Amino acid sequence: MSEFKLRLRRYDPESGSAPYWAEYSVDLEGHRSVLEGILQAKGETDGSIGIRCSCRAAICGSCGVLINGKTALACHTHLDKAARHAKDGVIEVEPMSNMPVIKDLIVDMDAVHWKKQQRVTPWLINKEPIPEREYIAPHESMVDITQSMACIQCGACVSSCLSMEIDPLFVGPAALAKAYRFVGDPRDAQQYERLKDLAEDPHGMYDCTHCFNCIEACPKGVAPMNQIMRLRRVAGDHEIVDRNNGHRHESAFVTLVKDYGLLHEAELLPRSYGGDSWFGKFHPNAGKELLDSLPVVVKGLMRRKMNPKIALFGHKLPKDALGEVQRIFDTVESRPARDELNLYIKGYDEDDSGAQDSGAGGPEHANNAPDQGQPGQEPEESPVR
Amino acid sequence: MPAHDVLIIGAGLAGQRAALAAADAGATVAIMSKVHPVRSHSVAAAGGINAALNPEDTWESHAFDTVKGSDYLGDQDAIEIMAREAPEEILHLEHIGVTFHRNEHGQLGTRAFGGASQARTYYVADITGQAILHVLYEQLMKYSNQVDRLEEWFTTSLIQDEDGTCVGCIARDIRSGAMEVFTAKNVILASGGCGQAFKPTTNGLIVTGDGISQAYRIGAPLMDMEMVQYHPTCLVENGFLITEGARGEGAHLLNGDGERFMEKYAPNKLELASRDVVSRAEQTEIDEGRGAGPDGVGIYLDVTVVPKKRTLEALREIVNIGKDFAGVDITREPILIRPGQHYIMGGVRTDADGATPVPGLYAAGEVACVSVHGGNRLGANSLLDTLIFGKRAGTHAAERARAMAMPTPKAAEAKRREDVEEIDAIIARPKTGRRISSIKEELGESMNRHCAVFREEDGLRQGLEIVKHLQEEAKTAYIDDRGTVFNQDVLGAIELGYMLDCAEATVVSAIERKESRGAQFRTDFPERNDDEWLKHINVTTNGGDDPAISYSPVTITKWQPEERKY
Repeated sequence: MSEFKLRLRRYDPESGSAPYWAEYSVDLEGHRSVLEGILQAKGETDGSIGIRCSCRAAICGSCGVLINGKTALACHTHLDKAARHAKDGVIEVEPMSNMPVIKDLIVDMDAVHWKKQQRVTPWLINKEPIPEREYIAPHESMVDITQSMACIQCGACVSSCLSMEIDPLFVGPAALAKAYRFVGDPRDAQQYERLKDLAEDPHGMYDCTHCFNCIEACPKGVAPMNQIMRLRRVAGDHEIVDRNNGHRHESAFVTLVKDYGLLHEAELLPRSYGGDSWFGKFHPNAGKELLDSLPVVVKGLMRRKMNPKIALFGHKLPKDALGEVQRIFDTVESRPARDELNLYIKGYDEDDSGAQDSGAGGPEHANNAPDQGQPGQEPEESPVR
Repeated sequence: MPAHDVLIIGAGLAGQRAALAAADAGATVAIMSKVHPVRSHSVAAAGGINAALNPEDTWESHAFDTVKGSDYLGDQDAIEIMAREAPEEILHLEHIGVTFHRNEHGQLGTRAFGGASQARTYYVADITGQAILHVLYEQLMKYSNQVDRLEEWFTTSLIQDEDGTCVGCIARDIRSGAMEVFTAKNVILASGGCGQAFKPTTNGLIVTGDGISQAYRIGAPLMDMEMVQYHPTCLVENGFLITEGARGEGAHLLNGDGERFMEKYAPNKLELASRDVVSRAEQTEIDEGRGAGPDGVGIYLDVTVVPKKRTLEALREIVNIGKDFAGVDITREPILIRPGQHYIMGGVRTDADGATPVPGLYAAGEVACVSVHGGNRLGANSLLDTLIFGKRAGTHAAERARAMAMPTPKAAEAKRREDVEEIDAIIARPKTGRRISSIKEELGESMNRHCAVFREEDGLRQGLEIVKHLQEEAKTAYIDDRGTVFNQDVLGAIELGYMLDCAEATVVSAIERKESRGAQFRTDFPERNDDEWLKHINVTTNGGDDPAISYSPVTITKWQPEERKY
């Protein structure tokens, strides 16, 4: 047992006074969760502390909070780790962001999270005719969407989303991950319509800025940002050209990296608007967009964020490096199907031999099994779990 | 005043399935829950759902396995219904979007589970309950014009007509503190079990026996309450559940000597014997000094024998639980587990349409006792139970509603005022009694000591004394929160009362059953005694303080009781 100090953000809507901090000491082992700490304070010291919770095991999704400023499930964060990351050793717990606070650590999920879920038509629209038995669906596609099915609707990604902070109307990571669950489902009849809808919405799938916050915050490895990237790629497959120019921007980006080995920033904008080729910049749309962006360009030059030479001619890579980059493209593009594998499929080590024979001799033997990489730590698309 | 044909209390699998079925049958429906529906504890069901859907499987085989698993205490007519309707329900779930595991041909694939003679468990990785719960909620969002959702409303009482018919409930809006009367032609309880009366338990903090107690208080009988399931694989650390799917995928159980001890207890089925058998075997090993881990209080669950790729694909959730809550990588080393309270087979007595003996009151899911699980529930039969009997209750209640006028309960307003006063009184209690949390703690520990895997008369009597004593203390237990918005403190005090009711009925029934059957193992009566005890024990309030006991017969259709061996 050791003592941990918690500093909770308290707010009583009936008091008429502003939110305040209150400190509690709890006595628990370090690997116990912050939730258990809060529940001890609630049980033994002050029963009026408000927090939603139930399962204690990161399944029900009730206890999303900010711990030391970062969104997490209280039940899924160890006390000792939280104390180490606290600025003065006192674990700070606040209600989640991007949602109105009701009381203490309880936020209004309906007003934000659930409203956004409703936005993406969150139910299966069946392919007709509905078969008498089950739909025949590839094993991989079911496992693939199981990653977004694993979402427990805790709202951690919503709380951590930087785009939503700027644009509260952004459909957001959780709802877009939910959308992918249908877009990736071979039984759904309206994949095109769903994608078109979310591509055309100015607050839709192209509103994500790839900040990775949602991936970091998600306690279940759903990696919402990756699901958003998938939505975009599948939208590209359907050749959905959206009025937000998201698709053209993405194509231009890829072509530039392929041609130059690195992003050629000055070409990106004209090509996104004028067309995905060297001639793109002569298109009237590109001219207009360039003109509109002139103040930003000038500012960038003045602050030396841009180098006129690189801006005009692009980055120069040695020939063999450029060849390497192009080989990556060749490899990926030569695959018969695009690799959409996710953690559920790919989150294992290539070398399985140690695990398979380690059980026979009981615990001692298993402990001697050759040391392998942690499972789930080398996912192709999820840098953080 | 809100009025509906069908009012459902509880929004886990049984409640949501009932709501969708009742709406489908044309009823006006409201579904009420003290938490957001996706927080319901059905979300924690991991392993899967049973159905004889493969052409080479038969519903009779599923039914027989269930009867045998129940130690012949299950009612065979209800079990037959459940097993017959199971395949259609799986296909329905598949059609509305559940992402069931597929085999290499793209068809539904199965995994093996305890007590089953065939691999007939359909699953979504090890998040089956979550996947189904979330898909049902998708359907509720789809049908939000037909189904009113009352999320974060806490039921305080059921209300009755002069003739005893159940005609609605009183509930508190947790967000505002407002107390309202909800009138309904039918009420379906779907509020789950009472695992929190035990400590440790795999159940969530919300699982406090609300519906069981509310029904009991208006005279509904509770049946098979002595049958408490201890799940064989719960983390020693904190009681969290490790799915039976782990053993279904081939994991072994080892004692402190590294011995695969199930060979002694269930030579054929080994780790996949029924849960009561495995839990007893583990407890015997521990009690006889062959436990594993520090102090020998656990058993090793060795998942390393399962191919790693399979573990990471099909048991990912427990890989995470092992890592996050016990610091163990289950793909590389065994993890310490032991039996822990998981499920109650008993509950409010219903028929196969979910109707309780109280007119207008239905129950489905863990809150109910149909009884399809009898003395011991098979793994992956509980999700099935919630869906089949949730659907049947919803449909039946909608039909009943069609033939009747909306009740106008006279006593409703008085009951509402009574509940408001009770809550005010709890809030006003002086800080002289005990804290709610300390009473709850003592209750849980006592139940786990006296009413667990092995039981005997003296211990049970002590357990009953403690429950009675705590019931007295609960009357003066105080709380801190004086507010109305999200006053979880006062709800905790009410929940404590619910749990104490459930605990009392459980211990009283366990004392009554003087034999060993299913989950009830009496060291003082170690044999099953079909001559005297092949019957259900019912407990009612009987208008007084002490629970009254009565019996009801077990329905036997095809399968005569025989010795149970795995």
